[in-house]
Order: sequence, then structure tokens, then C-alpha cells
Amino acid sequence: MKTPSSYNTTFILLGCALFLALLLNISLGSVSIPLKDIFNTFLDADSVKTSWRFIILDYRVPKAITAIIVGSGLSVSGLLMQTLFRNPLAGPYVLGISSGASLGVALLVLGTSFFSGSILASIGFNWSIALASSLGAFSVLFAVMLAANKLKNTMSILIIGLMFGSLSSALISVLAYFSSADQLQQYMFWSFGSLGNLSWTEIMVLTGVSCLGFFMVLFIIKPLNSLLLGENYAKSMGVNIKKTRRITLIATSLLTGVITAFSGPIAFVGLAVPHLTKLLFDTSNHKLLLPAVAISGAIIMLICDSIAQLPSSEFTLPINAITSLFGAPIVIWLLIRKRTLS
Amino acid sequence: MKNSKQLIVAVKNVSIGYQSRKQKTVIASGINIELHQGTLVCLLGKNGIGKSTLLRSITNVQPVLSGDILIKDISILDYSPAAFSKTISLVLTERLPESNLTVYEIVALGRQPYTNWIGTVTKTDKDFIARALKETNTTHLSDQKISELSDGQLQKVMIARAIAQDTELIILDEPTAHLDIHHKIETFSLLKKLARDFGKTILISTHEIQIALQLADELWLMKEGVIIADSLENIIKNNELEQLFSSDLIAFDKKLKQFIIK
Repeated sequence: MKTPSSYNTTFILLGCALFLALLLNISLGSVSIPLKDIFNTFLDADSVKTSWRFIILDYRVPKAITAIIVGSGLSVSGLLMQTLFRNPLAGPYVLGISSGASLGVALLVLGTSFFSGSILASIGFNWSIALASSLGAFSVLFAVMLAANKLKNTMSILIIGLMFGSLSSALISVLAYFSSADQLQQYMFWSFGSLGNLSWTEIMVLTGVSCLGFFMVLFIIKPLNSLLLGENYAKSMGVNIKKTRRITLIATSLLTGVITAFSGPIAFVGLAVPHLTKLLFDTSNHKLLLPAVAISGAIIMLICDSIAQLPSSEFTLPINAITSLFGAPIVIWLLIRKRTLS
Repeated sequence: MKNSKQLIVAVKNVSIGYQSRKQKTVIASGINIELHQGTLVCLLGKNGIGKSTLLRSITNVQPVLSGDILIKDISILDYSPAAFSKTISLVLTERLPESNLTVYEIVALGRQPYTNWIGTVTKTDKDFIARALKETNTTHLSDQKISELSDGQLQKVMIARAIAQDTELIILDEPTAHLDIHHKIETFSLLKKLARDFGKTILISTHEIQIALQLADELWLMKEGVIIADSLENIIKNNELEQLFSSDLIAFDKKLKQFIIK
């Protein structure tokens, strides 16, 4: 019998991989900094060039932390949605959260009103984008939750989420049609996703909200496991389905909402990482899967970000392109090898 | 003898059916039946007569239109979900969603009503799981994934899960629907053993009239709008089975104790 302890080695390996990916991520960038100096930045700061120290501490480390939170948050949300909807195609964005966030940002950037101009000027670009996308994400979520309370069938929530997604995309198209090239470009850049450019304060907010989301997930591990047998069995084992559904939806939207707010709608990771992890951990037990998915998500995001940096060049590719460009073929290859999806 | 056994389920003047905003569909009304400890009861009736609705009402999945259902003298409406899950366990007909669960993990899920907030399986839980696997003769399957099981094995595993849940009442909805005759009889014998040797109260909805006639302690016959609950002898004596299908095609032969084609 495979008990949680039979996976100890895998977890240790995963931990090492995370550390290596973190090191790789911090040591690569447009300016090449020797590994020795990277260690020294943390151990013996005075021996390192000030400009390098600045690059590492104020640019690369915040970016790495963002990558870890974004990767693990989106992956955990993806797993939650896949279990709740018992659908391998579900991801963190099935509830329409990313569409809502996109709509919020589109209204801010593309809607050329005096109103949005003054918001942008008064609280700064990053914060107003974050605010707009959170507002968008949470209003869609609120609508979905209202509908969810009326519905008995969990599958209908999935469809309602998709409908809200289409609605938002349609509204964004209309906005885009009437906006200028400059505004469109600004919106496009946001939708490419970005892990950099976050200040420490912004990272604190991102971390705080994400931790709240992760904390809520702890309390639904047990009901999620019984949901693996379907809602009727889960109910017969004393699971409060509505409550579990509510906590799952709130945790997912906290995680994806805050992540999308600060780093844009990052595709693919949330859908693919749970599947990759299940290939590595041959189990459905959420007590093992959740931490495994969180760590794998962080590793994959760090690696994708390292690739996006195009080491030693001054270009940075959009992170959204990298996650799909490299991730999709890998997932296809792995699934063809294993031939099952669950 | 029967009266000395503890009363587990009492259905009191209940009507079952569906209530929508516009109309009320009554499937059966004035139901008064009892279920005693350690008995194996088979619920028989033709397709669409409302067997599942009755089971759904008893398990509080669906509200009754009127009347009271008491389990161990407490109305099912007054049970907390946790207490209810320690009293009734289910074996359903629905297909399980795809997952990587092993047989052991499925049976272990039956211990959920007893485990702590994160589902830690204790020594006691492990004993219950081992015993459930042993009683259903599925110990050798422990490490198998459910996707690798045959229908017969899967059904035994789901029964093992219900046993591990350690409830006095086990309700099974057509547990032998897609099994061959060998596995049908194996399943029924197992349930009979659980009722006789372990004092479990077992309610099965089934179409296996022949097997039910040989193994059940009591039959519940569901006909248009009424339910007749009685011992085998009385049911046969009163010609109740004859009218079960209200059909010109088959008749019940009292001597052979089986249905024959007219």
C-alpha cells in the first residue's frame, strides 16, 4: 500500500528541484552575474558590486518570489477546480475569473474616460491595474456564486462560468474596436502576463492574500477526497456539499484573483501542472497532491520565467507565450506515453 | 421474535414524490413500514414504480411530501450530516468518476465520518478497514486502482466501503445490476451474512426476485401507489407477487416460487 510516507523521497527530490530552479532563476538574466556573487549577495553583501546587488535584491528576488506564488497558486486552483467539477479540462479560470479581470483592466485601459485617467494618475499604473482587475474578477465571481447558490448541479456552475467568460470577451472586443492603437498595445502587454515589476509592497499583498487562500484549502482536503467518489457518496459520508463548494470557490478566486491582478492572466500552468503532478504522484489523495502540485507549479513557473528572460540578452518574452509554448508539447508527450487522464 | 429486535427505521404515514413550484407529483402515499435490526429486506417493484424515490426519501436526499421518517426514534430531519453518516451508509448504482484511487483508499474513505478534520486514519480505523476488506474477500485487491477492477470486484469494494463506515443501516440501490449470476449470489450471500452474523440492517432495492425469495427476511413490494411489507410466507400466501407486474405475460408459480411465462 502506498502510504503518504512512500512518497517522502519524491517530495525531497521535488524540494531539491525547487531550490535548483530558484537558483537558476536568480542567476540568469540580461546581466550575467557569477554564481559566487549571487551567494555573496545574501551572505556577504559588501563584497558585491552595488549595481549587481541592486539587480538581485530589487529585481530578481522579487520576481522569483512572484513566480513561486503565481505558479503554486494557479496550480492549486487548477487542482481544486478539476476535483470539484470532476473534469480534467477544468482550470483556475473556468469560473470566468480571468475574463472578469481582463474586463476590469480593459475598462480601465481602453475606456478613455476622464475617470480612468484620473485614477491612473492618482494611484499609479500598477495599483490601478491591480484594482481594476480585482474588481472585475470579484464581480464575476460574485455573480457565479449567486448562481451557484441557486443551483443543485455543480456542472451548471462550470457552464455559467464559461458563459460569463464569453460575455466579458465580447465586451472587451467592443471596447477594443473603439480604442486607439496605444491603448490596445497597453492592454495587450497586460494580457501577456508579467512576473517582474512588482514592488515589495505589492508582493506583500500578493503573498498575504495567497496565503489566506492556501490556508482555506487545508480545511477542504478531507471533503475533496470524498468528492472523488461523486457528490452522492460524499454526502452520505457526512460532507456538506454546499459548504465545501463555497470554500473551494472562494479559495480559488482569492488565489487566481490576486495573481491575475498583479501578474496578468497567466495561461496553461493551472490546467497542466495538476496533470503533470499526477503523473509523478500516482495518487488522488489531496493530502499528497496539494503540496505536490504547489511545489511543481512553483518549479515550472520559475523555469518558464528563466526561459522568458532569454539569458544574457536584453529581451524578455511574454511569460504567457513561454508557459504554453514549452508546456503544451511536454504535456502532450507525457499523456501520450501514459494514455490516461484523470 | 421479530418484535424483540430493535426498530431501526419507522416510516410513518409518509407520501413520497416530487414537489415543484407548479405541481405535486405523488408517487406513493400512506406508507407505514418498519425495518428491524439484523434483517435483510428486499424492495421489489417494476421499473419506474418509485423504488429509488423511496430510498432517496429514507436517506434524506429528497424531502418527503408529508409524514415522518424516524431512524432509531429520531426524525431524519433532526440528524446532523455527521451523525447521519454514522447511522446510514449507501451503495449506489452510479458510476464512480475517474480517479487514481486504490481499493484501500476507497474503503478508507468509509472512515471519514470518524476521522479528524484532515482525515488522519488511526489504528482503530485501520482495523475497521482491514475487517471490511476481509469480510468482502477483497484484501488481495488492496493496491489495485479502481479502474482495473471488474464490475463484480468494484461492487464488493463499494460494499466494503459501506461496512467500514460502520453504520447499523446499509442501503443498496440495485447492487447486482450488471453482475453475472455467480457474482449476484455472492453479493447477496455477503449481505445476508452481514445481517445475520453482524446484526446489520440491510435494505436492498433489486430486480432479483428469485434470489430475494431465497435470502430475504422480508419483502417490500412496491405497486402503483402502495407498498406492501411482509414476510415471505405471507406475501406468497396472499398472492401479492402475482400482481407485482400486473402483466399478461407472466404469472407467479407458488410451488416453484418463481415467475413463469404464461
